[in-house]
This record gives sequence, C-alpha cells and structure tokens, in this order.
Amino acid sequence: MSLADTRTPDPKRFIPGATGDWEIIIGMEVHAQVTSNAKLFSGASTEFGAEPNANVSLVDAAMPGMLPVINQECVRQAVRTGLGLKAQINKRSVFDRKNYFFPDLPQGYQISQYKDPIVGEGTIVISLGPDKKGEFEDIEIGIERLHLEQDAGKSMHDQHPTMSYIDLNRSGVALMEIVSKPDLRSSDEAKAYMTKLRAIVRYLGTCDGNMEEGSMRADVNVSVRRPGEPFGTRCEIKNVNSIRFIGQAIEHEARRQIAILEDGGTIDQETRLFDPGKGETRAMRSKEDAHDYRYFPDPDLLPLEFDDAFVAELAADLPELPDDKKERLISSLGLSAYDASILVSDKAIADYFEAVATGRDGKTAANWVINNLLGKLNETGHDIEETPVSPAQLGAIIDLIKAGDISGSIAKELFEIVWNEGGDPAEIVEERGMKQVTDTGAIEAEVDKVIAANPDKAEQAKEKPNLAGWFVGQVMKATGGKANPQAVNALVRQKLGVE
Amino acid sequence: MSDLTKFTIAEAREKLKGGEFTASELTEAYLTAIDAANASFNAYVEVTHDHAREMAKASDEKLVKGEAGALEGIPLGIKDLYATRGVHTQACSHVLDRFLPHYESTVTANLWADGAVMLGKLNMDEFAMGSSNETSYYGPVLNPWKSRGSNAELVPGGSSGGSAASVAAHLCAGATATDTGGSIRQPAAFTGTVGIKPTYGRCSRWGIVAFASSLDQAGPIARDVRDAAIMLKSMASVDDRDTTSVDVPVPDYEAAIGKSVKGMKIGIPKEYRVDGMPEEIDALWKKGAEWFRDAGAELVDISLPHTKYALPAYYIVAPAEASSNLARYDGVRYGLRQEGSDIIDMYEKTRAAGFGAEVKRRVMIGTYVLSAGYYDAYYLRAQKVRTLIKRDFEQAFAAGVDAILTPATPSAAFGIADQAMAADPVKMYLNDVFTVTVNMAGLPGIAVPAGLDGQGLPLGLQLIGRPFDEETLFQTAHVIEQAAGRFEPDRWW
Repeated sequence: MSLADTRTPDPKRFIPGATGDWEIIIGMEVHAQVTSNAKLFSGASTEFGAEPNANVSLVDAAMPGMLPVINQECVRQAVRTGLGLKAQINKRSVFDRKNYFFPDLPQGYQISQYKDPIVGEGTIVISLGPDKKGEFEDIEIGIERLHLEQDAGKSMHDQHPTMSYIDLNRSGVALMEIVSKPDLRSSDEAKAYMTKLRAIVRYLGTCDGNMEEGSMRADVNVSVRRPGEPFGTRCEIKNVNSIRFIGQAIEHEARRQIAILEDGGTIDQETRLFDPGKGETRAMRSKEDAHDYRYFPDPDLLPLEFDDAFVAELAADLPELPDDKKERLISSLGLSAYDASILVSDKAIADYFEAVATGRDGKTAANWVINNLLGKLNETGHDIEETPVSPAQLGAIIDLIKAGDISGSIAKELFEIVWNEGGDPAEIVEERGMKQVTDTGAIEAEVDKVIAANPDKAEQAKEKPNLAGWFVGQVMKATGGKANPQAVNALVRQKLGVE
Repeated sequence: MSDLTKFTIAEAREKLKGGEFTASELTEAYLTAIDAANASFNAYVEVTHDHAREMAKASDEKLVKGEAGALEGIPLGIKDLYATRGVHTQACSHVLDRFLPHYESTVTANLWADGAVMLGKLNMDEFAMGSSNETSYYGPVLNPWKSRGSNAELVPGGSSGGSAASVAAHLCAGATATDTGGSIRQPAAFTGTVGIKPTYGRCSRWGIVAFASSLDQAGPIARDVRDAAIMLKSMASVDDRDTTSVDVPVPDYEAAIGKSVKGMKIGIPKEYRVDGMPEEIDALWKKGAEWFRDAGAELVDISLPHTKYALPAYYIVAPAEASSNLARYDGVRYGLRQEGSDIIDMYEKTRAAGFGAEVKRRVMIGTYVLSAGYYDAYYLRAQKVRTLIKRDFEQAFAAGVDAILTPATPSAAFGIADQAMAADPVKMYLNDVFTVTVNMAGLPGIAVPAGLDGQGLPLGLQLIGRPFDEETLFQTAHVIEQAAGRFEPDRWW
C-alpha cells in the first residue's frame, strides 16, 4: 500500500513543541465484530456472555480434519458495510491464512484476507465541532480496505496460580477489519472518525458497536512530522477499546514522539499498548520481533465470488445512513444543520427523534429531543437507550402543548413528572389538574381582579407598556400557571389599553 | 472359515445376499485372519473386534429383511487418517496420542450408511508423509510380497501401506486410503492391488486429517477394478461441510466395467520415460499399450512438457500447506503434551517429541518456502507450475485423448530400511514421480497391476482421466486387468 498525503496541513491542527509546530498523522485499523448469529466459518453461536467454551464447534476448536465453511450472512454484512462506506465491492476475494502460534488460536493460523479483500477503497465524512459559532467542519477520510477475518479466543491468566485458561467462545467470530488511509490529523479527528464509523455500522446493523463488550476496537497508527514534511516513522497502538482512550492514547503518543525527536532522537517502529490507568502508551514489541505470518491462500476455501445482482440486492435494502438522514432532516423537516447533526450522530437518537417527529412538527420535536431529553440524559449521565421517557410519552407531551391543554412551562413540569414517575402524560394532566384554563370568562375575571387591586400600576402601564408583562405574570400566578398565556396576554393588553 | 476371506467384494456381496454365509461369519473370518497375521504385517494399528461384530450383526438383520445397502456386511479396513467416532484416529503420529474424535468422517459415514463393517484402523506413514510406511509412529508395515527366493522384508509403499498390505494379504475385503502425491497408487502398485485417486472434490475431505488440503483426496484400495468401483461409488459424495467437494452426480462406476474401449484414444506421454527407469517397467508400459491396441483403442503419442517440474513443485506446495495444517498440533487442546517452563517451551517440547523426522523435515521446508522474501520464489512459482501442468493435461484431453497410460512407479517394492532411501530423502520422493502430476492437476488416476518383474514382484500401470471421468478409468483399467490377469502373493504367513 502506498501512502498518499491527501490533506493540506492546517495550522489549526498543529501542536506546538519546544522547537516549533508539529503535525500528527493518524491511520486507524478498526476491528468490528460482524452482527451474525453464527461464526464466520462455523455454526457456533456468537452470543455474548455465554459460559466459557459453551459456543465452540469442532471447527472452532481446530479438531483434526475439520474444515471451514463460509457463513453467507457475514459476507452480506461485509458487503453492506462496504456499501455504507461508499467503497469498491470486490466480487472476487480470497481468504488467506495468517500463521502464528498462540494458545487461544487453535488452528495455529487466523483465516483472514490479505491481498484480495472483499471491500476496497471508500470514504467516510467526519464532522468536527461544533465550534464556538456552533458550526461543524466536514472532512472526507479515505478508507483503504475492509476485509473479513476470524477473531481469536481469550486467554485467562487469573484462574490458576501457574496455568492459563482458554475460552474459545470468541474463536472464529467474524470481524471486519476496516483500515483507514493515513488521513487523520488530530485526536479529535480520530475520535470523530471512530464515532462516525460506529454510527454507520449501527445504522447498517452490521456491528452493534458496543466497545465495552469488545465489539469494536481500534489499532491506532501514530506518527508526527514537521508540517509539510514527509510522513515520519509510525508506532501502532494496539486494541484501544474506547473513543476516549483513542484520544488519550494519540495525545500521549504524539507528545512522546515529539519529545524524542526534539531531543535529537529517532522513532523506532514498534507496537505499543495503551494503559488507561496511567494514560500512557508503552512498548509491546519492536519491528525486529514482528512475526513472519507466512500468509498464503487458504486451500480449504475457494475464492469468495458473487455477482452484481447479489450486490444490487443488498444495496437496494440498505437503510438510510447518517449523511443522507441529515440531508433529509434539513431539507424536508427544516431543521438547522446543527440540530440535524446532533440528531443523526447516534442511530438510537435518530430513531428516537423520528418516532417523536412522525406526525408532529419536526422543529418542535427536535427542540424537545435535543434540549429537554438529551439535556436531561446528559445531566444524569444516561445513554439514550436508558431513557425513562419513551418517544410515545414525549410525543404525547408535545401533543398536549399543541392542543393548548398545557403551556410550555407546565410541559416542562410534566416532562419531569414523566421522567421520574412514568405514566401517560394526558392522564397525569387530567388527574393532577394541570390542564390550562382556556375559558376566557374565567381568565377575564382574574385579569379584572388583578387590575382592580393594582390601580397605580395599571395607570403606569399606559406609559410603559412593558408593565403588561407584570400583570400577565400575576394572573398566571393566581391561576397556578394553568391559564393559557396567550389568552392572558391578549386580555391584559386589551383591558390596560396598551398595544 | 478363513476361506471366506478369498472372496472379492463383488463375490461376497452376492453370496451374502444369497445367504451362503452371514455377514457375521464373514467378519469373523477376517478378524481371525487379522488376529493370526497382523503381528507379522503390522497393517492394523487398532482392530475393532466388538465394533465389527456389532456392525456385522446389524448387517445380517438388514440382509434378512432385504434392506441391504450397497456394501452390506462387507468388512473394510480404514486408514488411520480418517476420523472414526470413538476409535483410534491418530494419523499414525505420536502427537495425536490418545486422541478419540467425537465425529465420523463423511467418507466413512457414507460407507457405514451403505452397510460396510469396520475391522479396524490401518497403519500409514505419519500424517501421510512417506512412500514406504516407514515414517509411522507404529512402525513399518510388511509387504505380503517377497522377491523370488528371498526372505528380505519389503515395504508395501506409502503412505497407505497398511491399506495396500491388508488388501493384498486378505486382512480386509477392501480398504480406504488417501492420496496426496501417490499415496494410493504407489502402494497399490507395490502390492498387486488396484487403487484409484478420484478427481479432487469427488470425495469429501471432512473428517480426514489434513496433510496438504489442495491435493488430498480419499479413495479405495481393492483387490480388483470392480471392487474399487464398488467402493468409490459409496465413498464419493458432495458435502456441504467441505466447500471444495463438487456437486457432480456419482455414477454407477461398476456399469463402466466391461464396456469396449474400441475407438478410444489412449495417450502415451513421452515425458514419462525417465532416466534410470528399469527396462522391465518400460517393457511393461509398452505391453500395456499393446493390450489397448489389441482391444481396439487408438494409441496417441502426446506431450506433457511440464512433467519434469511437477515433483519439485509438489515438494513446495505440499509441505507449505502441511506446515500450516499441522500447526494445530500444539499440545494445548488434545493429543500429546510435553510440559515446559512456559508456553513456547511446551510447544517446542511437544512438537519435538510428537512429530517424526520426515514430518519435521516437511514442516521446516513448508515454513521456509512461505517465509517473507521466499514466498514469490518458491510457493508462488510452484503454483504457476501447477497451472502449467494442469494446462498440459487439458490440452491433451482437448485433443481427444480419453485416458493417459503411464507406469505407476519407477520401481517395484524395495526393502524395509533401504540404505539409499534412508540416506537421501529425494530418492524416496522420486517414488511419486509418475503420480504427483495427477494430484497437482486435480485429475483422477488409477493404478492397476500389470505384471511381475524379474524378481516376481508386482508392477502397476497408471491411467489418468478427465476431471470426474472415473468411469473411463474403471473401463480402461479393466482392459489391463483382463489382459494381465490378477496377482496374489504366495502365502508365507
């Protein structure tokens, strides 16, 4: 693979060193577990959290004479992902063996794709921001390739004083390795890339994106250079398993490399590990220790071949992806780019929003989801998946406002009640007498009462029309906030004789 | 009773159906013969007496009910490379000590479904790597044949030495074998038996311990052409657990036997006349050609120009695949484990103790040719040679040749612990010079006995056919069998 520099050095991204500015160059290899019921080459289940070695077939345990058989669903998932990355789909690809000895690698080789991957070059548009002006910056990041490969098992070193235990449940589970071009220039870009990639596979349903379960993890290649100079020597940080850690690992690694270079040293190409506890990377193995994997085509598997119709069928069934959804939210619902960006960033949020917005005003729905729901989730440290207020409940609250049954401020109260106690918003309004008073006779009586009690202010209001607001507030207070604020406002102004 | 072992599969099949004897009696006759002679031959590494008796009893019930399968009650020996559920399956390697599979290979399952009876597991070269059966962890197998006037012990060939010897000595009615570079055809030629390596993909490889995945094929060794045809019919199938198996209908191979070869074109490739080949083999080859001419076939001189590259290319491809296939024998999950100070030490001790010298040699060759910097020069180039070899055959068949006649081996059986062979592994590898091309091209090849040499040892001829045209091989091999007659060793045991 030849490394092309597709980005123009941008001083915004530079990081200052003791002797001048530096630019960070980052490429990512993301391992994403394919969403499938069975493993890549065996019928064993892929279910997470099973008893150790419960999901192991004869193939996964590499029993003598066992042969791999490709799981077509994993092939479809890889093609779907390739389509989602707007990438070249290779109708002929080859599975190779990557040979090395490791106790949790039963075959003594990993079946992977080396020279001929199933998916070739593609692109991901990442969004950086919002900046202080609330704007997002879109950057196109190149995808080098995507290939299918087997996961290894797990070694457990804490079960016995002198022995290691092996759990082969993950052995043979399908992974997509998605390799970016060295197009990322900051830890923020790398985090945005991972976030966007995760959003895409979640939209596609090809990977659940659960990094804490190990469904997605990244090998991060980091090098630094003086702006405009050729690429420097890179180090690969293995198996980083959260977006936050990706940022921390890059920041630390770049600083480490800059310190060495500014001291007149050179960077050794090596594999490093990120220690989240210490927030630093440390050497794992040098290039000299690198394995010779002796790749060769797996003779147990024929080349993987499919036709245009196979790809076309998958393309036709592809769900709407974040970029397209964002476009649609802006053009057909009239949302701002800012709101649309937030709503599409996570498929679960987008799904929530669309459930609320269906049959309702899009902007109102967006305001409620972003300002109230996401605000509250953020404040309480919850994910959208954990929201106590369902889309139907939030929708009902919005409906009550629209029907004029409650005011905006009562609606906020109602939202709190539903958040804490649950229940049907309409019933709560009814039961707790929260319905706003729209009977103008009753409101008029209250307005008259307040004006009668405050003749001085009523007089002053003729000079200072702003005082009308004070009267509205008094009426609202007197009615326990249940009066329709528009009706109150109109009556107050009419009675005071102000515009 | 032991007389019952004299019948071929075809004969026994009729007599079992006719009620002349029972499957239990037939099985008992073979078990008796094995118990009496196996100590001499070392052909079986495990005899499954109880298993055999149960299967025979079940066959008798089916025979009585008229529900007999194609191989109902026929006692077979199974090469140790085939996984047999709960029964010794070690590829005759120390590294698979005490390994008992929880599964049955597709080919043996096909045989049992057709009513065959398993007598036991047959000796072989370790992981099918060898041409003399001397690399077996269980020791060499004796060829039932001896040179005239000599008592010297001869090898039965390999790697399916136990299969060939047990068939020749009537210690089974027929045997399964496998062929990666000649492991069915060479031992068949050394023992006066018939062995066919079918087209790659004809039999499922599922449950057969892998040596070189792109070359390995299952096939039978039998006493005559008809028995080989009967066995292959039962063994062959497409298998969704082996994606390299091919979905082509399995014809009734027996029906091809006895059909006239009049008008058929038999190719004689000039490149198979190798330096140092005994005059007797050349003469036999010519005689074979004459038999075809006499039978009305047309002889055609053909050229397979890349033949001379086949053996070197084979000894790159096969070890490369083997080095990877054998990586799973690491002492972690099953088989032998030699404890070590850490995991690497355990791997090294286990594999050092578990593999024999020939297996180690091939694992090292294979590891070397796949290494960074050598891959293109060796493995990639060997694959290109392989394409050229395949094309040679395609061109010959495209020109109208129906089958190609060659010698099966460059010599007759040699002595156990032959000094020249032991000193130079390449001498041993040359045994496969006429057979490896067929594996490299994925074609079917059959070895059929054609005569005896001056020492009274059997010599075979090989016929090579189009992909999935095993019928023509049975048809043409039968012509040789008819002309040459059948060959049985003098009984000394």
